[in-house]
Amino acid sequence: MLSGWSILLTSLAYLCLLFAIAYYVDKRADAGRSVIANPYIYALSIAVYCTSWTFYGSVGRAASSGIDFLPIYLGPTLTFVVWWFVLRKIIRISKAHRITSIADFISSRYGKSTQLGVLVTVIAVVGIMPYISLQLKAVSTSFNVLLQYPEVITPHPSGRVPVLQDTAFLVALVMAAFAILFGTRHIDASEHHEGMVAAIAFESLVKLIAFLAVGLFVTFGLYDGFADLFTTARATPEVANLLTLSGASYGQWMTLTLLSMAAIVCLPRQFQVTVVENVNEAHLEKAVWLFPLYLLIINIFVLPIALGGRLAFPGGGVDADTFVLTLPMFDQQEFLALFAFIGGLSAATGMVIVAAIALSTMVSNDLVMPVLLRLTWLRLTERGDLTVLLLFIRRASIILILLLGYAYFHLIGESDALVTIGLVSFAAAAQFAPAIIGGIFWKAGTRRGAVTGLSLGFAVWAYTLLLPSFARSGWLPIEFIDAGPLGMGLLKPHELFGLQGMDSLSHALFWSMLVNIGGYVALSLRSHQSAIERIQAALFVDVFRQSSAQGGSRFWRGSATVADLRALIVRFVGKSTAERALGGYARARGLNLAKLRQADADLVNFTERLLAGAIGAASARVMVASVAKGEVVGIEEVMKILEETSQVIEYSHTLEQKSRELEATTAELRAANERLKELDRLKDDFLSTVSHELRTPLTSIRSFSEILFDNPDLDTEERSRFLTIIVKESERLTRLINQILDLAKMEAGRMEWELDDIDPRAVIDEALAVSSGLLAEKSVRLEVKLDGHLPRVHVDRDRLMQVIVNLLSNAVKFCHEAHGLVVVSAETRDEGLYVSVADNGPGVAPENRRMIFEKFQQANEALTDRPGGSGLGLAISRQIVEYFGGRIWVESVPGHGAKFAFTIPLERAPVAQSAE
Amino acid sequence: MTHSVLVVDDEPHILHSLEFLMKHENYDVRVARDGEAALTAIEEKRPDLILLDVMMPKRDGYSVCQTIRANPEWQDIRVIMLTAKGRDIEREKGLALGADDYITKPFSTRDLLKLVRHYLEPDEDPA
Repeated sequence: MLSGWSILLTSLAYLCLLFAIAYYVDKRADAGRSVIANPYIYALSIAVYCTSWTFYGSVGRAASSGIDFLPIYLGPTLTFVVWWFVLRKIIRISKAHRITSIADFISSRYGKSTQLGVLVTVIAVVGIMPYISLQLKAVSTSFNVLLQYPEVITPHPSGRVPVLQDTAFLVALVMAAFAILFGTRHIDASEHHEGMVAAIAFESLVKLIAFLAVGLFVTFGLYDGFADLFTTARATPEVANLLTLSGASYGQWMTLTLLSMAAIVCLPRQFQVTVVENVNEAHLEKAVWLFPLYLLIINIFVLPIALGGRLAFPGGGVDADTFVLTLPMFDQQEFLALFAFIGGLSAATGMVIVAAIALSTMVSNDLVMPVLLRLTWLRLTERGDLTVLLLFIRRASIILILLLGYAYFHLIGESDALVTIGLVSFAAAAQFAPAIIGGIFWKAGTRRGAVTGLSLGFAVWAYTLLLPSFARSGWLPIEFIDAGPLGMGLLKPHELFGLQGMDSLSHALFWSMLVNIGGYVALSLRSHQSAIERIQAALFVDVFRQSSAQGGSRFWRGSATVADLRALIVRFVGKSTAERALGGYARARGLNLAKLRQADADLVNFTERLLAGAIGAASARVMVASVAKGEVVGIEEVMKILEETSQVIEYSHTLEQKSRELEATTAELRAANERLKELDRLKDDFLSTVSHELRTPLTSIRSFSEILFDNPDLDTEERSRFLTIIVKESERLTRLINQILDLAKMEAGRMEWELDDIDPRAVIDEALAVSSGLLAEKSVRLEVKLDGHLPRVHVDRDRLMQVIVNLLSNAVKFCHEAHGLVVVSAETRDEGLYVSVADNGPGVAPENRRMIFEKFQQANEALTDRPGGSGLGLAISRQIVEYFGGRIWVESVPGHGAKFAFTIPLERAPVAQSAE
Repeated sequence: MTHSVLVVDDEPHILHSLEFLMKHENYDVRVARDGEAALTAIEEKRPDLILLDVMMPKRDGYSVCQTIRANPEWQDIRVIMLTAKGRDIEREKGLALGADDYITKPFSTRDLLKLVRHYLEPDEDPA
């Protein structure tokens, strides 16, 4: 038997357990041993997303329209899995700027605007109110349902009972107490509420287990597993339709998915647990799959419970929102029913506590403080310790928020289903999305844009969703919905401007987002940012490019005394915290603050951030400005500072490029240097070779001269032999000197050419005649194959002959010693006149065929029997032939002789003639 | 006792003049036209002194000198290198490979004879 007292005692015991957990964790945190610093608790705390709406409402929705409950969980899953980088960026920004709430975030982004802070806070409070009331409603309803045990009936609306006996009211008070105890322990709202987070994570676990327990009971207790349950459902006509997708709901699916995608970021309580309470950015990496996994698990049994409920309570006598509770009751499972109730209580309290803390922070920091600070007669800026006042404001806000939630529940809550109420809140929170997403990715978003977008979106939301809910519960005439205000059909809240064919939520979201995004973008494009807006925009959008949270100080040129700043901090965060913070600051920079009189921009900025953690960015700015002289630097300078970054980036790009160019140039220089070295080496070799070639005949000449001189008694024959040698070597020396001079002249382009049209046959004949002695001396056989008609060529006759004589003497020199054969041929080819001289000597190895045309490069001297000659003949021949515009080459099969050939073009002026 | 001299050079006229000069001094003279022939001649009969040209086909003077010095039995053969390449580096290389002396072409026949005498008949050296 479940009496009211036993339920109440169990609930109280459960809440006490929560208190104990929170208390223990807070103590541990104070001792520096954090319990919650792991991704699992982080992910579980994010599961505060699953409220009593999930716990009771999903089943309710599934019981009426099948799997339509799913998009609410698909959206967050998508955000976490696909848009995790948005979350990461928000977390990074919030840590850098000590953001305390979503209102603080938005106001901070748009120039620490008090106005925006107020606006966001108002929207959040008004928008979340229905959601809080929903939780109160769920708890009180479930309590009242459970109270009827073992009867399963839906009790009469509790809103009609006296307030003090109303369970919902008591629930609200208990939750307020919890939120105050664990949400307002520290004044620095950006510090983590570890106890609260631990309690929330624990609650997430409890509600999951409770829901699974009920699901398992329904599926395997009442039925024989999924198959049995679904078969039974399909056999029941009025239930079977839940198992099919209704085609008309696709649009709504889309709406709900998008809405919940935004909600998981924009709901104040989600912002609180995901961003503000995040202790380590790395935890997000695990949460991106842990949290979706949680959603998946908790949704497995929604449909089975809904089906079970519909089958157990045909005819709709029992509110589908209570199936989780009533099904165990129906089967007399009183402990399971009690456990389910505790699960629902967990879901509700978790949401309410976090939402209350988040909202109270916003109310105190972004609504009350700015107002109080402006009331100069309060002389707030000159008072002593303000921490007591701040805490009082926050605690009062929590109570106020819960009472407002209760009031909404009392007035409205009975008329709508859980899901509908929740969605109204979702749509309100979604209004923050454009300002947030735009704020962190689009630098040009301005304060005026954000204010306009938020105001318009909120107005449309209120008109299309909030007011109709008032109308439905009788606080406005129902004609407001049916016929529009004052009968103006165009303004019907569910068919604004005649837009029909959408469900009321999609309709509201369409219009509110249209004006919200439209207003935000349009006004952002049309308005200019103030200096501070521009700074904040850059700091937010480029958060990953900044080294640390020090970002803003260079924009602040204020000066203040250290004493003033110290007093300011003490006033808002208390003496011990202030000393600790300032001590840390001084140590980190190696300063002695006691000796410093004038604070620099860094310290001013540090103070502002410290205060921002306690009272929000906007208020902190006002406070710091009250003691610090000077302002943010001028807009031009801000632009300059901001562009510096991009300039530095650009500059470094340029530098990189320059350095690459430099490297390339260096490589070129190195190559050129190598070439020069090579040339130098070649020159050196050349001189050495010339020296060798000149010294060799000289040696013979000198030796024999001295011999003749020293030996006057030599016989005549020997004397004449020696003299002949001297003469021959002298001729060789002369020839060599002439060749060297020729080559030098040709290379320098100073050779004198006597060009004329000549008959090549005559030149070849004369060359053969000149060389005949040489041929005969070596008994070399000569074959001459000249074409009948050889064309005339425009050349220097003597030089052409020089080439042919050179080739002939080479051929004789290298041809077979015993059976020497030289073949001279000439013919007309496409290239022009073709002349070749072939021998039957050893031939030229392929690797030497190019080299031998270089001066002094006979095929490797150590390789073969070295022929006489200067090593200049072929080089000179090449110079001559190339001067005539032809080319010279050697063909050879090693061992089978070499054939030297050259061509001279016919219809062509000598290439170098103009250069002469 | 007659000292034996091996003259190695690929230039026939220079070889001829050196042969004449050495014979005129009553040395026992043999000639070789390249490095390979020089080594064959040394193996055949160990000379007391070699006039060794550097720039030769098949095997240059440096290589011949190195081979001579690698053989313990040939350690006391006097080697005078002849070269027409006048650079210091060539002189250094020759001495490093074990040549006793070095003479640059064209040379004074008297200086050459003095040098040869210095190595073959040190006792009679006026210095």
